[in-house]
Amino acid sequence: MHGLINRSIQCFIRDSYGAKNWRLIADGAGLGFESFEAMLSYDDSVTLAVLDAAAAELEKPRTELLEDLGTYLVSHPNLEALRRLMRFGGSTFVDFLHSLEDLQERAALAVTGLHLPTLELVGEGEDGLFKLFCASEHAGFGHVFVGILRAMSDDYGALALLDHAGREGQREVIEIHLIQNGYSAGREFDLAASSPQQRSA
Amino acid sequence: MQDFTERAVAFDKLMPLHLQLDTNGCIAHAGPTLRKILADEFVLGRPVSEVFELRRPARGASAAELAAAIGENIHLRMVNGSGTRLKGMVTQNPLADGLLLNLAFGISVVDAVRDYHLTITDFASTDLTVEMLYLVEAKSAVMAETLELNMRLQSAKIEAEEQAYTDALTGLKNRRAMDHLLASALHGEKPFTMMHLDLDFFKAVNDTLGHAAGDLVLEQVATVLNDVTRSDDIVARVGGDEFVLLFSGDLKFEVIDRLCTRIISRLEEPVEFDGQPCRISGSIGIVQSKMYDQPDAERMLHDADIALYASKHKGRACYTLYSDELLENAAHTEPPKGRENTAA
Repeated sequence: MHGLINRSIQCFIRDSYGAKNWRLIADGAGLGFESFEAMLSYDDSVTLAVLDAAAAELEKPRTELLEDLGTYLVSHPNLEALRRLMRFGGSTFVDFLHSLEDLQERAALAVTGLHLPTLELVGEGEDGLFKLFCASEHAGFGHVFVGILRAMSDDYGALALLDHAGREGQREVIEIHLIQNGYSAGREFDLAASSPQQRSA
Repeated sequence: MQDFTERAVAFDKLMPLHLQLDTNGCIAHAGPTLRKILADEFVLGRPVSEVFELRRPARGASAAELAAAIGENIHLRMVNGSGTRLKGMVTQNPLADGLLLNLAFGISVVDAVRDYHLTITDFASTDLTVEMLYLVEAKSAVMAETLELNMRLQSAKIEAEEQAYTDALTGLKNRRAMDHLLASALHGEKPFTMMHLDLDFFKAVNDTLGHAAGDLVLEQVATVLNDVTRSDDIVARVGGDEFVLLFSGDLKFEVIDRLCTRIISRLEEPVEFDGQPCRISGSIGIVQSKMYDQPDAERMLHDADIALYASKHKGRACYTLYSDELLENAAHTEPPKGRENTAA
């Protein structure tokens, strides 16, 4: 798995549960180092070992951790840059949902070797019901996206109910019930970055 | 009419990816770049819904349904199996009755340029596609360099770390590595056994046969210790002639007895140096993590040293398992002879 993904998991654990817990988890996973390098690739088994160790150490189901990771990715101040990139998807939450179909290509264009799941959005908001299909060789990305969508709906000021609806064939399914596209003002988004965004490492 | 043709040419120049539909939703005209990607397909006069699938809004692509999408973002996919995606907007056509669709490749432009051999002239000069392609290429080139640098630094880092944790003479772990590994063993909360080994008569070998002989003996000691331990046990040279061994698991007394007896007898096999036999032995002190409620590194190393001390006192070439009585005895005995001089 790409270093960026591994590093996201590391920063999520460190920022949410403290540096000490991260060290315990890194030890538990048998990493042999304390910090992932964002621009290197790691064997998939390393990521899975970290997730297992985190679930054991923090006594949380893996699915719940993955969802929290998703929320963290687009709502923590340290990752403001990522939230901004997601907001480039469109001016409303519905636009944003449609832009997810481009996410894999956008990510691959931005970072060589970064493979995100293929996303397909089905349904049109007449009744406010959408399904997001998430295809990846790694199960669990769907839960990350539930967390991401939950945080992004807040960011856009949309009122939406989100559920991981299991799998259909090889794909994970997320059900989205959009109750109101513009429910509240949401957070500000200016196309121009106000200042160079620093990701604290 | 002249006026109409001029306007149509202007449309082609300004919007090379546009479509004009007649009132029945059939294609009346396609911009030049769109004609290029539709290639041989005879599209003029065909219903647009036979050429493009309307992905968003997710309904049919009839004239009425497209008209309902005026002012919205639309997403299209070519139905010829190429999978090419386009996005765009719909308006009333100011030139004729019917709709005008202006399209763009969006993020799939990189693939589209490659697949359809598009050139700079296929895009309007106001379109930022060419600038975007420039950025993509520039970024990829820079990133490839960065990636290569990362790999080089990473290998250098691994090598440096290995050197920093390895005893150069014997290839065993060094004191720094042992401290680190002991700390993670304590972290792990799994039982383990620690042995502190100090060579006997090593100073005599060094003094009579020289340092080269001493080095040869140390290399032989490393071989012995590697032989008697399992691959996940840890052997470290922590001083001139001092070694620490960490065994995972709470070893039974019989196992400890067998191990130590084997280590000592193998150490006592003389090594030849310049035709002269170098004879040494070893004294061992042992502690186990289960002896402590809250095992900590300093305490365990200290107690292993006390046990080692006791072995030296018993006449060397033996081992002692730590117990609290040893600590009391140690308080009023002299250090064993030669012990203070052996560390390098």
